[in-house]
Amino acid sequence: MDASNRYDGQAPPAGADLPAPAGPRPDSIKAIPIRHWGRWISAAIVVYLMAALVYSFVKNSNVEWPVVWQYLFAPLTMRGLALTIELTVISMIIGAAGGVLLAVMRLSDNPVLSGIAWVYIWFFRGTPVYVQIILWANLGVFYPKLIVGLPFTGIVFGSTDSGTLVARIIVPAILALGLNEAAYAAELVRAGIISVEAGQNEAALSLGMSPTLTMRRVVLPQAMRVIIPTFGNETISMLKTTSLIAAIGGLEMFGRLQAVYSQTFQIIPLLVVACTWYLFLTSLLTVGQARLEAYFGKGFGEKEAEAAEKRAARRKARAHA
Amino acid sequence: MSAGQPMVKAEKVWKSFGKLDVLKGVDFDVMPQETYVLLGPSGGGKSTLLRCINHLELINAGRLWVAGELMGYRQKGAVLHEMKARDVAKQRSHVGMVFQRFNLFPHMTAIENVMEAPVRVQHVPRKQAEAEAEELLRRVGLGEKLDTYPAQLSGGQQQRVAIARALAMKPKLMLFDEPTSALDPELVGEVLDVMKQLAVDGMTMVVVTHEIGFAKEVADGVALMDGGVIVEDGPPLDVLVNPKEERTKLFLSKVLA
Repeated sequence: MDASNRYDGQAPPAGADLPAPAGPRPDSIKAIPIRHWGRWISAAIVVYLMAALVYSFVKNSNVEWPVVWQYLFAPLTMRGLALTIELTVISMIIGAAGGVLLAVMRLSDNPVLSGIAWVYIWFFRGTPVYVQIILWANLGVFYPKLIVGLPFTGIVFGSTDSGTLVARIIVPAILALGLNEAAYAAELVRAGIISVEAGQNEAALSLGMSPTLTMRRVVLPQAMRVIIPTFGNETISMLKTTSLIAAIGGLEMFGRLQAVYSQTFQIIPLLVVACTWYLFLTSLLTVGQARLEAYFGKGFGEKEAEAAEKRAARRKARAHA
Repeated sequence: MSAGQPMVKAEKVWKSFGKLDVLKGVDFDVMPQETYVLLGPSGGGKSTLLRCINHLELINAGRLWVAGELMGYRQKGAVLHEMKARDVAKQRSHVGMVFQRFNLFPHMTAIENVMEAPVRVQHVPRKQAEAEAEELLRRVGLGEKLDTYPAQLSGGQQQRVAIARALAMKPKLMLFDEPTSALDPELVGEVLDVMKQLAVDGMTMVVVTHEIGFAKEVADGVALMDGGVIVEDGPPLDVLVNPKEERTKLFLSKVLA
């Protein structure tokens, strides 16, 4: 029917007279590849040095391998690990939701919204998360009572003791980590939104889609492709940042191990335990991130033919349902 | 809308970007079922005028009506009130637009592109929207490409999906902004064929293009724009074959050379 055939690899249309190829397909060129001697030599040196390093670590009696094994799967470590994961997940959810909200506010043409977002980001990006954690934990010191009401009028709907609120370590921990993350996520999401071609916005608007619908259905899904890799990084970073909660007596994994070694002085073996678990979890996250990237890359990547087939199958299944 | 009312009416439309005046008082009417072609050199204001018609650009002075409705404003007495985004969106949903760079949604397949606005904006039931989208894609010769992502389609195919996507909203008016300028020469024909068929079917169209042949064959009215004004307009045979203005003659001699 048309010239598109050269794009999808089908045979040319009947009657199209293409000249015959100049004989059968010839053998590929056989040449002796360049030898990278420098690479081989440097690799050998690196392997040699790494072997020495690993050997010195494994054989180091200060590591106290029996202690490492004792704590690696100990109930204490497991409970801490659970809290570490919980903190990471909740903080990232708050961070992601807050980040999208702040980014959209920041890009809004409403100066009030964009101003609020600007100040928020300014404050939370401008202060160290470590300080924020301690600040939230001490909320009761400068605001002993939290009151919901109308300022300056004396009208009060309800109030609570901030001391009791932040007494459970997880509350200031989640507040600090989540709100801080939202500020960083906002900048990521904003960069992602800006990276989407202006023509996409116009096409959606010209179809009668409202700005909100355009954002949700057209711009954000495409921004995701840019956001996901960086957001994966943020999650990995968050997993490690939870260890700062130890500063306010948080009982996430590192906090618990720290509490142990401050009494038993088995510092090195317990740090090895902590590092092992952090490495394991960040490795898992890296795999998850790759999957997410593949999902949001649909329509862009080289696997689009495969993705298209899946879509077709799903649509047909729905039609029969 | 009464029978004698134009589908598009522009009255002294003025548009500037900062100090640069891009449209300097443009007047024209397009009657229902007409195809109106805007020709002229780049930077003459053709595309801007098109974008003003569906309020993607806001005009600085003058008036623009589509199907008797003032675009983007509500007039109460002598005072104009800006419309809310929701109401502008509603007006735009009656005006289809096709872009030079296609602007298909790359994360959606061909049929999803076409279904998106009917389902989300007009709340057409999914099944019905899907059937209509399939029919539209078949009409533009892409019945075999329903579940294909834009990146897998040739430029000509993408542009035909884009036309189907605009038609899915059952617009009263279609705007074409240089629909074939980004295409390989051998793919131009397939897009023009779809547009010719639309004209035959009675769609009202405003087309910015450099395809003089298309203008001659299909247009009911042709306008030559340069320097932000319409230099000459009229039936295609007058403007393209026996132009009165020197500027038109010069432009045609260059394009047809």
